[in-house]
Amino acid sequence: MASNTSSSSTKPSLDTVWQWLADVPDPEIPVISVIDLGIVRELEWDDATLVVTVTPTYTGCPATRVINDDIRTHLTACGIDSIRFERRLSPAWTTDWLTEEGRDKLKEYGIAPPSKTPSTLANGFITVAAAVSCPRCQSFNTEMVSQFGSTPCKSSYRCLDCLEPFDYFKCI
Amino acid sequence: MNALHAANPALTIDGALFELLTHLGDNSLILGQRLSAWCGHGPALEEDIALANVALDLIGQTQLWLELAGDVEGQGRSADALAYHRDAFDFRNAHLVEQPNGDFGQTLMRQFLFDAWHLPLLLALTKSPDNRIADIAEKISKEVRYHLERSSDLVIRLGDGSEESHRRMQRALDALMPHAYELLQITDGDALLISEGVIGDITSVTAQWEEQVNSVLALATLSRPNSPAAPGGGRRGRHTEHLGYLLADLQFLQRAYPDATW
Repeated sequence: MASNTSSSSTKPSLDTVWQWLADVPDPEIPVISVIDLGIVRELEWDDATLVVTVTPTYTGCPATRVINDDIRTHLTACGIDSIRFERRLSPAWTTDWLTEEGRDKLKEYGIAPPSKTPSTLANGFITVAAAVSCPRCQSFNTEMVSQFGSTPCKSSYRCLDCLEPFDYFKCI
Repeated sequence: MNALHAANPALTIDGALFELLTHLGDNSLILGQRLSAWCGHGPALEEDIALANVALDLIGQTQLWLELAGDVEGQGRSADALAYHRDAFDFRNAHLVEQPNGDFGQTLMRQFLFDAWHLPLLLALTKSPDNRIADIAEKISKEVRYHLERSSDLVIRLGDGSEESHRRMQRALDALMPHAYELLQITDGDALLISEGVIGDITSVTAQWEEQVNSVLALATLSRPNSPAAPGGGRRGRHTEHLGYLLADLQFLQRAYPDATW
């Protein structure tokens, strides 16, 4: 592919690149970074090209392409000229990959982080056992308004104690 | 090109796989396009958003299936080329998904009958020896769980709701059920893919579909009609009159300005 591999400018270490990526926000939930989200699966140098392996959150999420563009823009500003993206589907992204820091940031921002107890599937019926806590008053006395929210990754909830509506980052 | 238009492609593994992958991709594409038409017209803000979200998932899934279909075919056709530059007789979707939206109840009933098939099918495909298929199935089955949960819940609430909502849901069920059976058919190509160890065993999907449909309809107080299956034929490229109009809309831009990009 690359016919010209003569560029020998000093390549930053992968650890440094990981740190840089912690400054790239998710375009739709800008309080968390692409690292917090757990979607950057691997970084690797292929000669002078940085290969960034990203996994999609939801297959149709329109942010996926924007995320790649944002990563490219940021890393280019950091001095990396040649970047290639690879998509990895397996293992499929799960909300378990959100970092602890990311979960805290979500909550502070007003989005309930995903439950750690996954929903269970019994005879095709899905029982959402998740107890969702209101990010404002911490009450567990909450109810789902709609399975689908303002972005593919969120559901709409409301708190029955403080009566605030809020987003829940749903578990997948 | 002529081989692609043949009603009965030679039963090779790649030929059968291309047929199955376009079936999966086209089902998602056509249903996603149908649901997109609800955007801005939902009966409540939450439902409007939910319909658009489900449509978005389905279009994303289409991308994965049709991209793999293009790879398997090996003629350099991208997912976009398959979506925008085929005619109705090359589409392999089931008739159920091309049925008009009707009212909200009809849209939901169509979705439920589809989701109740889609989830068990995908779960069976996660056991495919061919990792390309297993990986996509695993990824998208996570999304489809939410689709089935929502459509089951709403069919129950509207079926067991007011007199008017019950009447509309029963009417939708009576109209759509004959089209649903087509989804359950196993073609010779599918059978070949199972026996050659390419895909997981999808023959158990029918029983799972029956169980889900019967239990939800019972909770929804709806009666399952005895009407026989509609003729079907989507997987042979024979479609109802609705598909052509839908494609005229879907493909207009790429037909008028081939390969235009944003």
